Amino acid sequence: MGLIRDLAIQGVQMLLVLALAPLLTGWVRKVKARLTRRRGPPLLQPYRDLWRLMRKEVVLAENASWLFRAAPYLIFAATWVAAALAPTFATGLMFSWSADLIAITALLGSARFFLALAGMDVGTSFGGIGSSREVMIASLAEPAMIMIVFSLALLAHSTQLSTIAAYTLSSNVGLRVTLAMALVAILMVAVAENGRIPIDNPSTHLELTMVHEAMILEYSGRHLAVLELANFLKLLLYVSLIACVFVPWGLAPVGSGALAALIGLGAYVGKLAVGGVLLGVFETSLAKMRVFRVPDYLGAALMLGLLGALLLFVSRGGLR
Amino acid sequence: MTGLSFDVAHLLAGGLVLMSFTLLYQDRLSALINVFALHALVLALAVAWQAYVQHAPHLYVTAVIALAFKAIVIPLALHRIIRQLGIHREIETVVGVGPAMLVGIGLVALSMVVMLRVTEDADRLAREDLAFALSVVLLGLLMMVIRRNAVGLIIGFMSLENGLVLAAAGAKGMPLVVEISVAFSVLIAFIVIGVFLFRIRERFETIDIEALDRFREARE
Repeated sequence: MGLIRDLAIQGVQMLLVLALAPLLTGWVRKVKARLTRRRGPPLLQPYRDLWRLMRKEVVLAENASWLFRAAPYLIFAATWVAAALAPTFATGLMFSWSADLIAITALLGSARFFLALAGMDVGTSFGGIGSSREVMIASLAEPAMIMIVFSLALLAHSTQLSTIAAYTLSSNVGLRVTLAMALVAILMVAVAENGRIPIDNPSTHLELTMVHEAMILEYSGRHLAVLELANFLKLLLYVSLIACVFVPWGLAPVGSGALAALIGLGAYVGKLAVGGVLLGVFETSLAKMRVFRVPDYLGAALMLGLLGALLLFVSRGGLR
Repeated sequence: MTGLSFDVAHLLAGGLVLMSFTLLYQDRLSALINVFALHALVLALAVAWQAYVQHAPHLYVTAVIALAFKAIVIPLALHRIIRQLGIHREIETVVGVGPAMLVGIGLVALSMVVMLRVTEDADRLAREDLAFALSVVLLGLLMMVIRRNAVGLIIGFMSLENGLVLAAAGAKGMPLVVEISVAFSVLIAFIVIGVFLFRIRERFETIDIEALDRFREARE
């Protein structure tokens, strides 16, 4: 019975993240448009874009290799699995035994590896620039992410997301400066990884400084649709990761009934909405950074993660 | 020592270290002064919390001194000075931000290793405060090394002194007289430095301390 329940929750979750991801992106776009006093596209526009792209034919460059055609599906698969591993509305997922933070980071890392390769495959200069910048950002964002994972793991004695969420819910958390630093650091990393505004502008094809858009410039048709969907999923993944670790209230615990799951679902949608509004406000109030300032920005995130881990060490009175 | 009071002390002392890092990170002069004011504010809160935890009323005086002088008077005076010198838009560091951060992290790790080894049997709270205070002092010294602008040097020096106050508040039994005399000597040092800033400026037409190297033939 427990197995069936876990399996059902896992299945629902996989479909749920897929269904909600474009909506979240549409919501962020809507918030940003309203903040600049524009009407903005309707909330369902990302779904329509995907549908339209799906029906269009694929235009391939003559010298595109098999990698160029395979990469979108690989990227999408890795991102989808990663998004399915983070508890969204209920803990106790079927794949929970493998669903630790390090696995999620590794999945996202491999997705990025294929994206960078695909960007360079056709040999246009834009793709090369985009790939090199993406890898530069990643080489700084990943250590920062790993430091955050270490701090959380030291606090909760586990890298399992369910265990960390349970630890945050329990009363013996206290007032932890490390948690605050990890939160700020993970927010900075999430903004960088998703190519949001201080690092990259997600809504333009016209800037010479674009990163993500430069890599997928050569794609069209269903390949582009799959890549876009993977990008939507990545944003959703980061929001649900942060929600699961830092605001886990409302998560349906293991072995609870349908009512708890419904409450969890409502809370999750609420958290996504709030996260989208915050991201919109953040992006509207900032200007894009010069590419050469990015190392400073991510260096600060890395520093926060490292400092958080160090402070934790002191409060334990470590070094016996 | 209950869990909560330890946690709050940890939070405030950790916040002070974080502020020291922000001082290292910030390279605009007027923002640097604002961060320094915040540094002093966090220090005042940390000292006030120590006073509350240790039931030591004289520490409240220290906190008020830190708040009044270091968080209000000195930042305002520094803002005035840089506006008079016309350098409130300047940006400069010797080392880049990245290396400075790495060295800073190294210093924090070093001070923790040293302090936690040395103070094996001290009170948990005092141990931690000493470790953090040493790292604030070392970060202040680092800041004095990497800044080229004399105003940056002053702020590094003042943040170093904040670290000393944190150490004194954590270790029980620093007399109030010492406390007040230290505070006033820092204030006087600040005034002297302020006068010197104008003298240096008058003579070399800059307060970039690399200009001084030419005159003592340090660098050919």
